[in-house]
Amino acid sequence: MTLLDIRGLTIRTTDGHTLVDDLSLTIAGGERRGLIGESGSGKSLTTLAVLGLLPDGMTATGSIELAGTQIVGAREKHLTRVRGTDAAIVFQEPLTALDPLMRVGRQIAEPLARRRGLKGAELQRAVARALEQVRLPEPDRIARAFPHEISGGQRQRVALAMALACEPKLLIADEPTTALDVSVQADMLDLIDTLVRERDMAVLFVSHDLAVVARVTDRVLVMKDGRAVEEGDVREIVRRPREEYTAALVASARRLESALDTRRAR
Amino acid sequence: MTQIVRTPHEGPRAASAKRPGRSAVSRRSVTLITGCVLSGMILLLALVSLFWTPYAPDDTSGGRLTGPGAGHLLGTDKLGRDLFTQLMTGSRIAVEAGLGSVLIAAVAGVTLGVLAAFAQGWLDDTLSAFLDILIAFPTLLLAMLIVAARSATLGSAVLAIGLAQSAVVARVVRILVKRVLAQDYITAARTSGTSWPRIVAGHVLPNIWPTLVVNLALQFGLAVLAEAGLSYLGLGAPPPNASWGRMLQEAQATFTTAPAGALAPGVLLVLLVIGVNLVADGLRDTLDPATGRRRS
Ligand SMILES: Nc1ncnc2c1ncn2[C@@H]1O[C@H](COP(=O)(O)OP(=O)(O)O)[C@@H](O)[C@H]1O
Ligand SMILES: [Mg+2]
Repeated sequence: MTLLDIRGLTIRTTDGHTLVDDLSLTIAGGERRGLIGESGSGKSLTTLAVLGLLPDGMTATGSIELAGTQIVGAREKHLTRVRGTDAAIVFQEPLTALDPLMRVGRQIAEPLARRRGLKGAELQRAVARALEQVRLPEPDRIARAFPHEISGGQRQRVALAMALACEPKLLIADEPTTALDVSVQADMLDLIDTLVRERDMAVLFVSHDLAVVARVTDRVLVMKDGRAVEEGDVREIVRRPREEYTAALVASARRLESALDTRRAR
Repeated sequence: MTQIVRTPHEGPRAASAKRPGRSAVSRRSVTLITGCVLSGMILLLALVSLFWTPYAPDDTSGGRLTGPGAGHLLGTDKLGRDLFTQLMTGSRIAVEAGLGSVLIAAVAGVTLGVLAAFAQGWLDDTLSAFLDILIAFPTLLLAMLIVAARSATLGSAVLAIGLAQSAVVARVVRILVKRVLAQDYITAARTSGTSWPRIVAGHVLPNIWPTLVVNLALQFGLAVLAEAGLSYLGLGAPPPNASWGRMLQEAQATFTTAPAGALAPGVLLVLLVIGVNLVADGLRDTLDPATGRRRS
């Protein structure tokens, strides 16, 4: 069953620049898909387009069908219904993804209250459960904290809990570990991996780092300058990259791995 | 990037949680406390005048231009009215003018500003042009038009000042809202399906609030000055409601023989405006994360 079907997606600015060019990508229910490419290749814009969240002044053409809803050209009213339930996003920067003036618990409660109609003590329990699910210790304390009072890794877990609150069919993770300390990156990856498996969710995992993507996904799409360069099984691409650009991505990921290995060996 | 991000997304609590050095804290609170004391004194005069004044405002039994003394703390004016009584009612009018104008400016300005921030294309251009024209339009001319249409009352003056100020507030709010709307947490809220009205009420307004409060405090001071100016020209509250501006105007001719009549309202006006500005400054340092963080 196809969950996300992107066909010929093209994203342009008002002054005529093409930022994403004729991109096609399909994700089946429960599938784990990677999207890699160097910084600026249009990965984030693609993910934003999936939920109709492109910045002002950018237009998408082509077709994006998400769980049967056409996103391109859809009205805000329809999009509001799709967001959070059909697909949700975890952003790269957890500090800016949370409202600095709102307690963490209330930010998670928002979608729960609206979508599931929970109230009072029931809502509080649901918030605590959501925080527990992302393996946050002392969920009650965290719920009462403001974003700046918890660590970066905890903030990203909160953002993940928010994204998962309405049990989306597709989780889009846009470089969710890039802004984190190296020491907690692996934990975050494992957490996403586990949660996605447990819930049988589909995932679109975006990164500039092939090593990170390889950990969570099976198939990857390689993007360069807004275009799809190649697509295939992660292992296949790592072993036999068809394009020079992909080979360079593989090489830089390898260098990172070996650098880590030498460090571990010491 | 961090420059732009900083203002809206770090809140007052973020600033206070960073525990700025002692001297920064004390300088902030000195400013704030001085401001509160100065404007508090005048607020107190205004409040008391609601229930009690030494004489009735239109009591002319005091004899013309008596100097400061036992019966009349600051003396009397050229019609024999008690100066201190007039100062007290003048305080009330000043505070009413400030509050009224700021209320109009806040309600109209925030509404217009939020609309302008969401407007796109021609609507955005039209609204911005409208605000620019309103800002460029002299408050005095606006006041004369309103007085001509209604009559010279405190309400007319407040309406003119409030309308003029709402354009200024709207322009500030438009920029603040646009800046907050560009933040990831707004996209994150939209991602989880939150509707625009809820986003504005729950995320946008709270995040522009610290900066907005400071701006409104400054507008309060400006409104008090503007009202004094208008009533100096006879476009403010009519007699017997003494307003500081009219007291200044009436005492001008006798300034050399009886300076108290002009000095007293002038001094109070300056004290109130300085006091409110100090409050605004103190608030900025405690509420506005941009400066709060730089100093900490
Ligand atoms: N709001 C925006 N306005 C104009 N250009 C943008 C905006 N956001 C991104 N871009 C441009 O679009 C291109 C793709 O950006 P993005 O999707 O963020 O890349 P990636 O996530 O792969 O690093 C970049 O060249 C970037 O400069
Ligand atoms: Mg990106």
